[in-house]
Amino acid sequence: MTGARWYKALWANPKSRVGLVVVVAFALLAVVGPWLVGDPTAFLAVPHQPPSTAHWLGTTGQGQDVLAQTVAGARPTLAVGVLTGLLVVGFGAVTGGAAGFWGGRVDDALSLLINVFLVLPGLPLMVVVAAWLPPGPATMTAVLVLTGWAWNARVLRSQVRSLRERDFVAAAVVSGESGVRILVAEILPNMASLIASAFIGATVYAIGAQVGLEFLGLGDPSAVTWGTNLYWASNDSALLTGAWWTFVPTGVGVALVGFGLVLVNFGIDEITNPRLATPTTGGGDG
Amino acid sequence: MAEAGPLLQVRGLCVSYGAVRAVDGVDLEVFPGEILGLVGESGSGKSTLVGAVLRTLAPPGAITAGQVWFDGQDVLAMEPEPLRAFRWSEVSLVPQSAQSALNPILTVQAQLVGTLCAHGVSARAARARAPELLAQVGLDPSHCRSYPHQLSGGMRQRVVLALALALRPRLVVLDEPTTALDVVVEREILRHLLALQRSLGFAVVFVTHDLPLLQMLASRIGVLYAGQLVEIGPAGVLGSGGLHPYTRGLVGSILPRPGQAGVPRSIPGGPPGPDVVGCPFHPRCPLAEERCHQDRPPLRTRHLGQAVACHVVR
Amino acid sequence: MSRGVSFLARRAGFYALAAWAAITLNFLIPRMMPGDPASVMFARFRGELEPEAIEALRATLGLTDGPLWSQYLTYLSHVLRGDLGTSVAYFPAPVSEVIGVGLLWTVLLAGTALVIAFALGTLLGALAAWWRGGWLDSTAPLVLSLVGAFPYFWLAMVAVYLLGFMMGWFPLRHAYDTGIRAGPTVAFAASVLHHAALPAATLVLASLGGWLLTMRNTMVGVLGEDHVRYARARGLPPRRIFLHYAARNALLPSVTGFGMALGFVLSGALLTEIVFSYPGQGYLLIQSVRAQDFPLMQGIFLTITLAVLGANWLVDAVTLILDPRTRR
Repeated sequence: MTGARWYKALWANPKSRVGLVVVVAFALLAVVGPWLVGDPTAFLAVPHQPPSTAHWLGTTGQGQDVLAQTVAGARPTLAVGVLTGLLVVGFGAVTGGAAGFWGGRVDDALSLLINVFLVLPGLPLMVVVAAWLPPGPATMTAVLVLTGWAWNARVLRSQVRSLRERDFVAAAVVSGESGVRILVAEILPNMASLIASAFIGATVYAIGAQVGLEFLGLGDPSAVTWGTNLYWASNDSALLTGAWWTFVPTGVGVALVGFGLVLVNFGIDEITNPRLATPTTGGGDG
Repeated sequence: MAEAGPLLQVRGLCVSYGAVRAVDGVDLEVFPGEILGLVGESGSGKSTLVGAVLRTLAPPGAITAGQVWFDGQDVLAMEPEPLRAFRWSEVSLVPQSAQSALNPILTVQAQLVGTLCAHGVSARAARARAPELLAQVGLDPSHCRSYPHQLSGGMRQRVVLALALALRPRLVVLDEPTTALDVVVEREILRHLLALQRSLGFAVVFVTHDLPLLQMLASRIGVLYAGQLVEIGPAGVLGSGGLHPYTRGLVGSILPRPGQAGVPRSIPGGPPGPDVVGCPFHPRCPLAEERCHQDRPPLRTRHLGQAVACHVVR
Repeated sequence: MSRGVSFLARRAGFYALAAWAAITLNFLIPRMMPGDPASVMFARFRGELEPEAIEALRATLGLTDGPLWSQYLTYLSHVLRGDLGTSVAYFPAPVSEVIGVGLLWTVLLAGTALVIAFALGTLLGALAAWWRGGWLDSTAPLVLSLVGAFPYFWLAMVAVYLLGFMMGWFPLRHAYDTGIRAGPTVAFAASVLHHAALPAATLVLASLGGWLLTMRNTMVGVLGEDHVRYARARGLPPRRIFLHYAARNALLPSVTGFGMALGFVLSGALLTEIVFSYPGQGYLLIQSVRAQDFPLMQGIFLTITLAVLGANWLVDAVTLILDPRTRR
């Protein structure tokens, strides 16, 4: 399907329509938001104030405005998330594509590498690597890509492998086109929906993992991101003092963006595999 | 030839997949103990017809009109529980692909026993019966403990045949049972089938595209075209050409056996689209007249068990 | 079944390779960072640690004098003996001792939550597909996906706040009441359960959606397959078809995915522990990050990795039992 048809299909599907709206809304928030709210780092009020007209979402344990922090935190979190998603899918396409297309020893070696990275648990590895590096978005991206590339590589590899057996690929091989050219020009375009789906999944993972790492204290504590917001909320004993407004807005933000992306993925799934769509009429008997 | 009334009666059956009519007003009868062959090209509606009669159509397939009677019972009106009991104990099916019909994670024995127990046989009796059923179709009973992937294609087909006969049904429907097998295996299985049919006396509906095979096996042959039954009659009559122009075309297109003379001729054109009016065969028919373009010919009975749907040939 | 044994042996070999990769990563990571690790460490810890502690640290990381390969062999031999070095935060306790206690609590919490979530999720997913179009099929995946979109530890925070802080139904922290002595008594067991309930519940709730969705999608596919239709045609009772023809076949991909999901759920469990100050590996992890206790961090990484690899191998064994085709 062409791009325009895909967009129409996604808009028509109720799940992906809601998802698109949510994601676009947050993207706008991330880009434009920081100019609309005050300085998130300013210590300007009494700490641990519940939401009021002065501060719509209250203040943090150190007297900062929660609304400003939540809005400002969106930008770095989403930026790193999207960048990681792109890189992860990029690596995945290269390694998975090479393994699936050339097969043989190349496949054996790459598959082994992929499987090893798949089976190693992510968070402990991330912690070990991130602890040695200086905190910041570059480190975060690197760590997330290191632990996240393998999953997509495997998914893309199996798709490339099955596409490779198709007639149009065999024709291209026989006509002497170079392997790389076939991979890029013939096979990958046929996997567009899978790659889009993989990119979305990788972004969701990146946002969640990022927030987790920063919660652990491996982010840059002086930066304002969704993850560091939660880190400070926990550090300032939000739970023991009952200051729920310091961690709820950020969590809701993360969940909404993640859920919005997941909805878009549901839509893609249902469009490519219509049997998964919940039926509106009953069918069959027995 | 038939002493009693028909075992299976189909009247005006229509089956659609969404907007496409796969079976278009079929009238059919199967008499006890006979072997009825149903022949047609791909897409003629043979398998859909089978699915409709057994009520195993997969969505979006749906029966839109018609009636099916088995020994006086209205099959289409059956409630789920009587239907479940009816299935297999009265009518059973040998499906097209045995490979995908068997559950890959259960042994042959488990599947046989499960089928028997589902219809009231005690577990112990079922376990004793399973090896006998396998022996009946020419399989070593020790294969009870095998899994489907451990058996060859021919062996799996025999297992499926054994399953079909497990409850001694009165009608066995075979849906292109030998398409995927080589000729030697095919002959063996058919030999067993015929022997069992003679000794147990069940009726058979044999669906295939292989007309010469039916000429040897069947007592009557029915011809399906574009979801309609265009001719039905004794195997001898149809085997030598039949009456309907399509049947004649089919017979004429059969490759001759070694030693026989004759050049096969294919029927020009292709199957009709979904919106054809009148007789579905008229675009390709050498005998087509004016009314063939407009009125669909009804299936007219000539003698008991023989009928033709054609304006020109009566 | 000897083919099954060779399958398991090959898998064990793979996991051994992965374990080796983890150990080697542990060795290489400090050395791949910019600068010489020894001087980096010295600069970081100067003034904070006594000389013995710094020496112990160097020894743990294998930063002896000598060529790289000899350092590697020394490190390898230490690890294989179970010597993971000396902790910085809990100096002079050895890392293996610090980890040892926490491991049990993590296994208890994450293990129970994982098993419950898997069992419940696959059952609900199978039912959702069986009753297509029902409420389970149309709303549950969406609702659970939304719940799962929240970070695990955030859900834990909400749970602690609502049910612990506000309602007072569940304790806010730790694995058992400080007043009770550890031991095989009913009081102790009850206290443990009471403390584990909330963290386990949040873990189950957060991960349920994934299992449900995977099982449902696979089940939808299986229900459309020929052998299920054929089973229906044979008049088999619906319950038998659901269990033995559909669910058992649809379970296989979920079980295979179990191994990979294990690492993921475990990560969530670690973070959840932090919220509850549950004395498991997660709690140790955050302490090690705060104190920059690299030996402990790397020790936790190795321990958790080995646990996950072992669990994966067990899952492979289960797959062997469930799917006769792998035994060929």
